Amino acid sequence: MSIGQTFLGLLEAGPRHGYDLKRAYDDRFGRDRPLHYGQVYATLSRLLKNGLVEVDGTEPGEGPERKRYAVTDAGVTDVQRWLASPEKPDPYLQSTLYTKVVLALVTGRPANDLLDTQRAEHLRLMRELTRRKNDGDLADQLVCDHALFHLEADLRWLELTAARLDDLRRAVTS
Amino acid sequence: MTGPLLVADDLHRSFGPTPALAGASLSVAAGEIVSIMGPSGSGKSTLLHCLAGIVSPDSGRVAYQDRDVVAMSDRERSALRRSQFGFVFQFGQLVPELTCLENVALPLRLERVRRSEAERRAKDWLDRLEVTELAGKRPGEISGGQGQRVAVARALVTAPRVIFADEPTGALDSLNGERVMRLLTGAARDTRAAVVLVTHEARVAAYADREVVVRDGRTRDLARTA
Repeated sequence: MSIGQTFLGLLEAGPRHGYDLKRAYDDRFGRDRPLHYGQVYATLSRLLKNGLVEVDGTEPGEGPERKRYAVTDAGVTDVQRWLASPEKPDPYLQSTLYTKVVLALVTGRPANDLLDTQRAEHLRLMRELTRRKNDGDLADQLVCDHALFHLEADLRWLELTAARLDDLRRAVTS
Repeated sequence: MTGPLLVADDLHRSFGPTPALAGASLSVAAGEIVSIMGPSGSGKSTLLHCLAGIVSPDSGRVAYQDRDVVAMSDRERSALRRSQFGFVFQFGQLVPELTCLENVALPLRLERVRRSEAERRAKDWLDRLEVTELAGKRPGEISGGQGQRVAVARALVTAPRVIFADEPTGALDSLNGERVMRLLTGAARDTRAAVVLVTHEARVAAYADREVVVRDGRTRDLARTA
């Protein structure tokens, strides 16, 4: 995720201090991975250098961080360009799971157990996300659903691979 | 009671030459939500039918509160299903000639509960499943998602100890499926009813406390392999 462009988008609602920006970001996007202050101020100084934000005012305070930042026209254009560009779909062609299954088959280990262990771990995480989704607000539901659909895709692959293990064993050991 | 509420032990069942169950075992504790997963034809629905006393296994034991379900007479099994179990299937479970309120009240009427009392309790469940406005409509006049929520209300109206749900979201889109699962599992947890949930969808199974996988008629408890 691009922290810079997300900051610019958040600043479109109005100027904010670095600390407010971090809090707004963490609340909406960083619940599992809150930003470090270092990241916040490094990102802001890069945006400032590139003319995408400007200092809107400085308030007297204890530290140097009481600057209020505002997005510039160039910053708004940058967010617009980012939102309009599709993300590259990740095809996961060289997944660790695939490697583990093939390695288990090549070395004569029980690949079915490996698949079941992975399946149990995926389902455990899916249960956790489902609980979080049911206890949360609409934003939680959206973020959890995104993860749940990806985990479900993995599980379908695990199921299909389990059904094809005999063929796969022949293919990789012949 | 401290032991399991419902137990299946080493069930075998064939339909003609085709084995559907070949050594399936499962136990469900009171208030527990267990999903049974597996590919099509793996035997998961047959396992549910055996647990619910709808199908008798060729061999093996099914016990509900330590009572042998297989040894019961048809009449005893029927009474057990009516008084202790609730059912939600994929589709076609509501009586088309009755209104939604009458459909939900039906299991109580079969238990000789007075009409006014049965309909009062049915209405409470329609409210809880967020389909209050459908009380006077017939199943043909409502959507699939609404119909499933009415079916869940009907399954819960008798305060069953176990709810058997066989692909309850199989005919629904994602949003309606989620809603049915949230309401079904929420109501089951509130009333301490156990749920035996057959599904091939992992997102549906994730509403359960635990998953059991059926492959080639045999069960595998994933919690014990992890």
